[in-house]
Amino acid sequence: MNLRRTVAIGRKEFIQVRRDPRSFMIAVLLPLIQILLLGYGARLDAEHIPVYVYDQEGSQNSQALLKRFQASRYFDVVKVVNNYPALARAIDADQCKLGVVIPWDFSERLSDAHHTEVQALVDGTDDNSAQLAIGYAQAVVSAYSSDIQLKWFATQGVSQQAVQPLSVDYRTWFNEELDSKNFIIPGTVAMVMALMGALLSSLTIAREWERGTMEQLIATPATATEIMVGKLVPYLIIGLGDAGLCTAFAVGWFGVPFRGSFGTMLFVTGLFLIVILGIGYMISVATKSQLGASQYALLVTLLPTSMLSGFAFPIDQMPAPIRAITYIVYSRYYVSALKAIFLAGSGIRDLAPEIVAMVVYAGVIGFFATRAFRKSLQ
Amino acid sequence: MAEAASILVEDLVKRFGGFTAVDHVSFRIARGEIFGLLGPNGSGKSTTIRMLCGLLTPTSGRASVVGFDVAEEPEKVRQHIGYMSQKFSLYNDLRVIENLRFFAGLYGVKGDLLEERIDWALQMAGLKGSETLLTGELAGGWKQRLALGCAVLHRPQVLFLDEPTAGVDPLSRRQFWELIHQMSAEGVTVLVTTHYMDEAEYCNRLALIDAGLIVAAGSPSEIKRTAIKGDLLLVECAPLGRGLELIKAQPGVVDAAVFGAALHVVVSAAEKARVELAAAMAAAGVKASRIEPISPSLEDAFVALTGRRAGNEAVQ
Repeated sequence: MNLRRTVAIGRKEFIQVRRDPRSFMIAVLLPLIQILLLGYGARLDAEHIPVYVYDQEGSQNSQALLKRFQASRYFDVVKVVNNYPALARAIDADQCKLGVVIPWDFSERLSDAHHTEVQALVDGTDDNSAQLAIGYAQAVVSAYSSDIQLKWFATQGVSQQAVQPLSVDYRTWFNEELDSKNFIIPGTVAMVMALMGALLSSLTIAREWERGTMEQLIATPATATEIMVGKLVPYLIIGLGDAGLCTAFAVGWFGVPFRGSFGTMLFVTGLFLIVILGIGYMISVATKSQLGASQYALLVTLLPTSMLSGFAFPIDQMPAPIRAITYIVYSRYYVSALKAIFLAGSGIRDLAPEIVAMVVYAGVIGFFATRAFRKSLQ
Repeated sequence: MAEAASILVEDLVKRFGGFTAVDHVSFRIARGEIFGLLGPNGSGKSTTIRMLCGLLTPTSGRASVVGFDVAEEPEKVRQHIGYMSQKFSLYNDLRVIENLRFFAGLYGVKGDLLEERIDWALQMAGLKGSETLLTGELAGGWKQRLALGCAVLHRPQVLFLDEPTAGVDPLSRRQFWELIHQMSAEGVTVLVTTHYMDEAEYCNRLALIDAGLIVAAGSPSEIKRTAIKGDLLLVECAPLGRGLELIKAQPGVVDAAVFGAALHVVVSAAEKARVELAAAMAAAGVKASRIEPISPSLEDAFVALTGRRAGNEAVQ
């Protein structure tokens, strides 16, 4: 491989990206938009869920329970209504996500040490939000219920220790606040790399064919490998720059912890980019059209990265066959490495399995990519 | 030819599926010669030149450029040639100087030579002082000279030009041909394709190509001499169609064809035919305004040659 020729191609490619408004957007603006959208939009937890209340009893006890809803940061009690239809209408009209109904015999059953129930009506159109709302509501109610129980035992002269001989004290590591943004935002770096890398590299060879410059390029002594390396290295550099930009945003804007080393992050990002750029390049060689190439590239990079990498949907919770498929999705290794670097501060040594998998992928893709392009018009 | 051929083509064939684009073509070009491939669009000129640059693999036959076989050692060939493809193919979104530096890098032009050659190319293309213009903003003639400059930065021994003057104004075309002649004088071998018959006259030697076959080869004057069997008359008459039919039926007329608003008639003896044709037309009521001998052009030769071929296949 001749360095001078490779550099000449790389420099030319760089100038073209800088001068082409579309490529410039993909390289600089798109990552910013993407991390902002995903950072704000892809949160899995909910706060300030609007709640309507139908308090049939209106006693001190029922008010105490409602206060707990009010006090929780997960709920906002928007309105108290006094009949069922009003509650149903509020849910239909999307004025609230959760309706809480406290029965007329609430206090009576509590004082008799009977089992008592509070009804929750949930808008199930958004499955995730509904699950969260029910979960939070259960937490509020059970906290209230255990307080009542403790008080009751106390009046009966039973000591607190006797009732609660054992309690589990949780401590969550790495994402102490169990904040879903800390879980999701590191993975968005992978989304940015997949989108940006695939789009830019898929355009590179197709652009030469479409603009009629390929024939001239083939007629020069530059080899296929020099053309490939010269064309992809600028995108590798741009990609690493974008990764730095995304990290800065994740930490500075969204307050995601970054406990690992920046060098490790760039290293695994480089490996991932080699895979993505290699795929985009091969697609570009095969389709010879910028539009077609970018479509295919998004299909094979962004789709698996968003669905099967564990970026937002935990792999552990997938059905076994899908879980098996994720092992061949190269982005799962990168996403898992990113999360470990951001949240757990993992180093190269801790990430050995992920790095080995990515090196194998980079090697295989690199091998095929160097053979994909033949300097011929046929 | 005492000197070894710079380009040697033997029995070259290129088929695309069932279509034969180049059909057993052979020629040799000496060092410093300007050789033209002349023929209509789709006659196989570009396919031939692409095989010689190693862009297409020949179906059969062989070709070598400065001693390297084009199918066996295309990379060696590419180091010694300059190529201007049919479409303008510099990067429009690069500045003039960026295009030059790009191709200089690809051809390994370096050091003092780099600045010297870029300077030369700018001078040659008339783009001194316009280095920072975007290439896409240049007018046709400048673009084309810049493309030539990029193709010869590394001082190649052989220059391939595929329809280099297509879509360029006549003044720029003439300037371009002057540059080609300068390079040839410095020993550069030039293979140029064109469908402009007038341009072909600038070549030292020509091959007329039609439907993938070489129908004639030699210097422009040789081709004209051998192709036209007799004298050529220009006939202006009205109505043209009836005149043509009438003339074709006359004894002593070898061939006749419409050229623009007039007829070109090949006859065995010019003076005799002039009188006979005038008389025949007067008798038939065709008004002849002009009948006079002219010297044949390459276009006449081409029509004479390909017309005969067409006549062999089917009666027109």
